[in-house]
Amino acid sequence: MTEKSDQRLFDNYINNLKREKKIVFTWQIIILIGFFAFWEIFSRLRWIDPLIFSSPTRVYDSLVTRFSDGSMLIHLQVTLFETVLGFIIGTALGILIAIALWSSARFSKIMDPYLVILNAMPKVALGPIIIVALGPGYFSIIAMGAIISVIITTLVVYSGFKEVDPNYEKVLRSFGATRWQCFKEAVFPATLPVMISTLKVNVGLSWVGVIVGEFLVSKEGLGYLIVYGFQVFDFTLVMSSLILIAVFAAIMYKVVEKVETWLIKHTG
Amino acid sequence: MSFLTLEHVSHQYFSTKGYTKALDNISFSVNEGEFISLLGPSGCGKSTILSIIAGIMQHTSGNVKLDNQPIENSELAIGYMLQQDYLFPWKTIIDNILLGPKIQKNESTEMHDKALLLLDEVGIPHVANNYPSSLSGGMRQRVALVRTLITDPKVLLLDEPFSALDYQTKLKLENLVFELLHAYNKTAVLVTHDIGEAISMSDRIVVMDSNPGSIKKIFDVPIELRNELPFHVRRHPKYQIIFDKVWEELNEDETSPV
Repeated sequence: MTEKSDQRLFDNYINNLKREKKIVFTWQIIILIGFFAFWEIFSRLRWIDPLIFSSPTRVYDSLVTRFSDGSMLIHLQVTLFETVLGFIIGTALGILIAIALWSSARFSKIMDPYLVILNAMPKVALGPIIIVALGPGYFSIIAMGAIISVIITTLVVYSGFKEVDPNYEKVLRSFGATRWQCFKEAVFPATLPVMISTLKVNVGLSWVGVIVGEFLVSKEGLGYLIVYGFQVFDFTLVMSSLILIAVFAAIMYKVVEKVETWLIKHTG
Repeated sequence: MSFLTLEHVSHQYFSTKGYTKALDNISFSVNEGEFISLLGPSGCGKSTILSIIAGIMQHTSGNVKLDNQPIENSELAIGYMLQQDYLFPWKTIIDNILLGPKIQKNESTEMHDKALLLLDEVGIPHVANNYPSSLSGGMRQRVALVRTLITDPKVLLLDEPFSALDYQTKLKLENLVFELLHAYNKTAVLVTHDIGEAISMSDRIVVMDSNPGSIKKIFDVPIELRNELPFHVRRHPKYQIIFDKVWEELNEDETSPV
C-alpha cells in the first residue's frame, strides 16, 4: 500500500520535472520565432527602415547566394581560423608566462606593476601598432585575438598556482622533491580546473580581438564583411555576418564546454 | 645510542613588524627504534620542530643530527605524516603511494608489489585503483601511512595524524601505527595535544611550553606500558598515575581556571 503511494509520488515528481522542461523549451522557441517574425513583419510594414535593419528573408536570400557561390565560405573560414589560433596561442602563452612568474618569486615581484598596467590597458587600442609591426595580414589579426586573452590568463592562472595548498608541497619535499617536481606533481595538476575555466572566457575574448582586427585592416573575414557592408550601405550583408558570428561563437563555446567536461573527467 | 639529536635548537619567525621566537634552546635525543611524543599547547612550536627535522625549514641556531650527520647532509629518508592525509585527489591510491619512489626515481615492479603488500597490511587491500574521494577519513589516513612507509624512512614524523578523525577510528589507527612501527623497528616523533595518545603510544613524552616554545619536562613512560597496545594502555592501572603527572605539569602555571 505505502509502496504504491511512494511510487506514485515519485512518478508525480518525474512528471513535474518533464513538464517544467517542456514549458521552458516552448518559451525558448516562441522567443526565437517571435523575434524573426516581428523583425520580418515590422520590416515589411516599414515600421523599421528595411534599408538599415534588412529583414530575415533578405538575410536568408543573401546567405544562400553567398554560400552557393562560395564567397561566404572563404570569409567564414578565415575568421574561424584566426579565432581558433588566437585563442590557442593566447591561452598557451598566458599559462607559460604564469609558469615563468611562479618559477621565480623575484621575477614575479619585478613584473607585478607591468602586469597591472597591461591588464588595465584596453588591448584593442594596441591594434594599429600591432598592424604596423606585423604587417596587414593574418599575423596581425591572430596576434589581436591572442593578445586580448594573454594577460588575463596569466593573472588568473598565476593566482591559481599560488592558492594551491602548501601542504601538498610539504609532502613532496619530505620525499626530497625539487621545486620543478613539486610543480609537476602538485601545483600544475591542482590548478588544471582553473586553467580549464579560463578557456571559456578566452574563447569569447578571441572573437573580440579578431573581429576588431578585421575591422581595422583585413581584406577577408566576417569582420571585414561588416565594415564593407557598412561602407556600401548593404545592411543585409552586415546582418548576415552578425548572424554567422553569433552562431559560430556559440558553437565554439559549446565545443570548449565539451572539452572542459572531458578534461575534468579524465584528469580526476 | 642516540639516533636523532637536537642540540640547543632555536628558531625565529621574521616579519616586517619584528620577530617571534618560536623555539628556544630545544635539546633532546631519540634512540633508534624509540617512539617519543611532543606534547604541549597549540603555538608551542611542536610542528616547527618536525619541519626542522624534515629539512623543510631551516633552524636559526643549534645543531640537528641524524645518525651523527648534520641533518642538512643526511641521506637517510624521513617520513612525514600530516594532520590531514593530503592524498592527491587526481591520482589513484596506488599512484599516491608510489609518489615517493617516483620523486626519488626509484619506481619498479618491486615497489608496486610492496605497495600492495603494505595496503594489505593496513587492512585495505582492494582500493589500489580507487581515487581518494571514494575512501573514508580513516582509510585515507591509512593510505597516507603506507605512502610514508614505502620509502623505508629511518625516522617517522607524525604531526597530529589522528586529530582529524573520529574517536573510534583514531583508537584503531593508534593501534595499527603502533604495531607497524614496532614491527619495522622505526624511530618516530609524534606531535600531539592529546595526553592519552602521547602516553599510550610513546616511550618518552616531551612536555613543552609556549611563548617561546621550550622544553618543560621529559617524562619516561613506565616500562610496563611501553610494549602494550595503545588501546590496552588506556585501561592499565598505571595509566591514570602518569596521566595525572603530565596533566599537572601542563597546567602548572595556569593562572586562570579553564
